[in-house]
Amino acid sequence: MSVEIDKSKCVGCGGCKSICPGGLIRMDDNGKAYIKYPRDCWGCASCIKECPARAISLYLGADIGGKGSRMRAEISGDIINWIITKPGGETEEIKINRKESNKY
Amino acid sequence: MNIKKITADILIIGGGTAGCYAAITLSKISGARTLICEKADIRRSGCLAAGVNALNAYITEGHTPEFYADYAMKDAHGIARYDLLLSMSKRLNSVTAELEKLGLVILKDENGKYVTRGARNIKINGENIKPILADAVNALPNTDVLNRVNITDLAVRGNKIIGAYGIGVEDEAFYVIEAKAVIMAAGGAAGLYRPNNPGFSRHKMWYPPFNTGAGYAMGIRAGAEMTTFEMRFIALRCKDTIAPTGTLAQGVGAEQVNSLGEAYDDKYGHSTSDRVYGTVVENTEGRGPCFLRTEGITPEQEDDLKKAYLNMAPSQTLKWIEEGGPREKNVEIEGTEPYITGGHTASGYWVDINRKTTIDGLYAAGDAAGGAPQKYVTGALAEGEIAAEAAAEYIKSIKAAKIDETDISAHIAEAARFLDKSDKPSFTAEQLEEEMQKVMDEYAGGISANYRYDKARLDAADEKIRRIFELSELLRASDFYELMQIYELRERLTVALSVIAHLGARHETRWHCFAENVDYPGRDDKNFNKFVNSRLVNGKIEIILRDIPKGGASE
Ligand SMILES: Cc1cc2nc3c(=O)[nH]c(=O)nc-3n(C[C@H](O)[C@H](O)[C@H](O)COP(=O)(O)OP(=O)(O)OC[C@H]3O[C@@H](n4cnc5c(N)ncnc54)[C@H](O)[C@@H]3O)c2cc1C
Ligand code: SF4
Ligand code: SF4
Repeated sequence: MSVEIDKSKCVGCGGCKSICPGGLIRMDDNGKAYIKYPRDCWGCASCIKECPARAISLYLGADIGGKGSRMRAEISGDIINWIITKPGGETEEIKINRKESNKY
Repeated sequence: MNIKKITADILIIGGGTAGCYAAITLSKISGARTLICEKADIRRSGCLAAGVNALNAYITEGHTPEFYADYAMKDAHGIARYDLLLSMSKRLNSVTAELEKLGLVILKDENGKYVTRGARNIKINGENIKPILADAVNALPNTDVLNRVNITDLAVRGNKIIGAYGIGVEDEAFYVIEAKAVIMAAGGAAGLYRPNNPGFSRHKMWYPPFNTGAGYAMGIRAGAEMTTFEMRFIALRCKDTIAPTGTLAQGVGAEQVNSLGEAYDDKYGHSTSDRVYGTVVENTEGRGPCFLRTEGITPEQEDDLKKAYLNMAPSQTLKWIEEGGPREKNVEIEGTEPYITGGHTASGYWVDINRKTTIDGLYAAGDAAGGAPQKYVTGALAEGEIAAEAAAEYIKSIKAAKIDETDISAHIAEAARFLDKSDKPSFTAEQLEEEMQKVMDEYAGGISANYRYDKARLDAADEKIRRIFELSELLRASDFYELMQIYELRERLTVALSVIAHLGARHETRWHCFAENVDYPGRDDKNFNKFVNSRLVNGKIEIILRDIPKGGASE
């Protein structure tokens, strides 16, 4: 379980670094974010939801059955659009409205 | 070293669920200068960081607070405090109303009534429950929040709290905080035992890995009385992702089934511990792996489940997308590593009805406070409110006290010693943590031992954990993050020793798995219908057996 940060998309705002409950993300010498302690990630997705550049994605480690898909989120207003990209490039999207309750 | 001295009327340790609500309450009822010290950032910290999927403690229509308190007493097989449960239960609905006012989305029917999930739950969108609480706190007057300040110890004089010590991980500062009262809201402990996924995904656990039991450890060191650490919380969770299962069990009515497809829910009893036990027995008797039967649910149900999980445990939805959803495949379940958390079981500080601990001026709320299991989100809020009311009253007659310079110097010297880079040992905090988790797993009833233990193994665990503690003195940190890791390890070791002592003191098996004592396989109401409490006296853990106060279902 961990996250991957795409440095080419990162705009260096530091949002992910300040939100991560484990303090696991740091900024490199070029002002780009990187995950310093990937093994200590809880998978809470806080950093993903905080990132304005959609540069961060979540993946399941192979030790828990991960198969290489990446999940990121685009947020606009109350809508979180989760985008899952499978290894072949195929994508799946799930939209969630923060104003709608869970059904279960 | 950069030393920062701060004073406040009331210090709240941990800006999580209970801590945030305590601050909101204080600003309503008093003009106290309140300070929250939070090791992370209150916008996404603690149990609520990823979101939660329901409010598990609510008095639904037709039920009473007594009904809830009775249920929690029964689920704990009688070892809980009815007085605490009832005082909490009476506030569950008012704190819920307040949360809704702050912006939490709660599902309502066409008549505007909350939609319930079973007799005690209501359905919400809990994805942003923590930012909602944090926004409210950040807007409060008279309230300061220090994020990334990790509290490491309490300052106590006589038996009275006078402040706390901490380290600023980002500003690399040592904090000395003087306060008239302290509310301990640092949550429970994960990572004492070897986790379900000990490799790369070691932190893919249910309870937040950043809740290290710091709150308990500080209280233990300060000589506070602690209760029921032997009632460990072991959850049934989705295999690999360790995501909650309540949404499947209660949401779509999925039964627990073994590999033969037989439902075993009714075979072992329905308390939280019985459900875990049933799964362990099915596995050890060759009928595992076990599942929640979700095959055949409707496509709409599957879509809604994927969304519900994204709002609290996004990795589970990702897993379904990679491996096929719950409609085509039953969801495998497993028992977790044992956690210590007063929000689910009765472990934590021994408190009075005002959530005052046995140390004057020190209050505890939420997962840090013992005696009242099944608190969940709303119970933590209720306890934050109760503790805040009591602390506000207490400080009216208290004059601010100065922490002794010698005590301050000793704490700074300890941090400086860990930061001294001259003689690094050959091992690291990470390695000692792994060794601690292995010892707890094998000798103190972890996953690999099917949660079972006996006296001989507990004695061995005690000896080994004490040795790791001695080795931890030699650890060295190259920055404040590593310094925090050393403190976290030592917090876990402190709690682990108390857990071992408590497990050894309850000579019965009242709760399967939570405290499965091989030497005493049966329940012993004659001798152990009691609380097992403890206190550290001159470096030794003293066990105190206390009677269950009267009241409630067990009467
Ligand atoms: C994954 C998960 C899902 C859950 N789902 C539900 C649900 O759906 N419904 C429900 O009702 N309940 C749920 N619960 C239970 C509920 O969330 C908790 O019982 C409750 O939130 C605990 O509140 P708390 O304030 O005690 O702890 P927390 O909210 O965890 O707060 C503790 C705070 O202390 C901070 N802290 C820790 N150590 C230190 C230190 N040394 N110095 C400074 N700060 C420190 C932490 O960072 C954290 O912010 C869930 C729990 C978990 C873990
Ligand atoms: S998913 Fe959570 S724990 Fe992991 S890096 Fe992001 S914020 Fe930190
Ligand atoms: S939040 Fe996104 S843009 Fe900002 S620093 Fe992190 S990765 Fe870069």
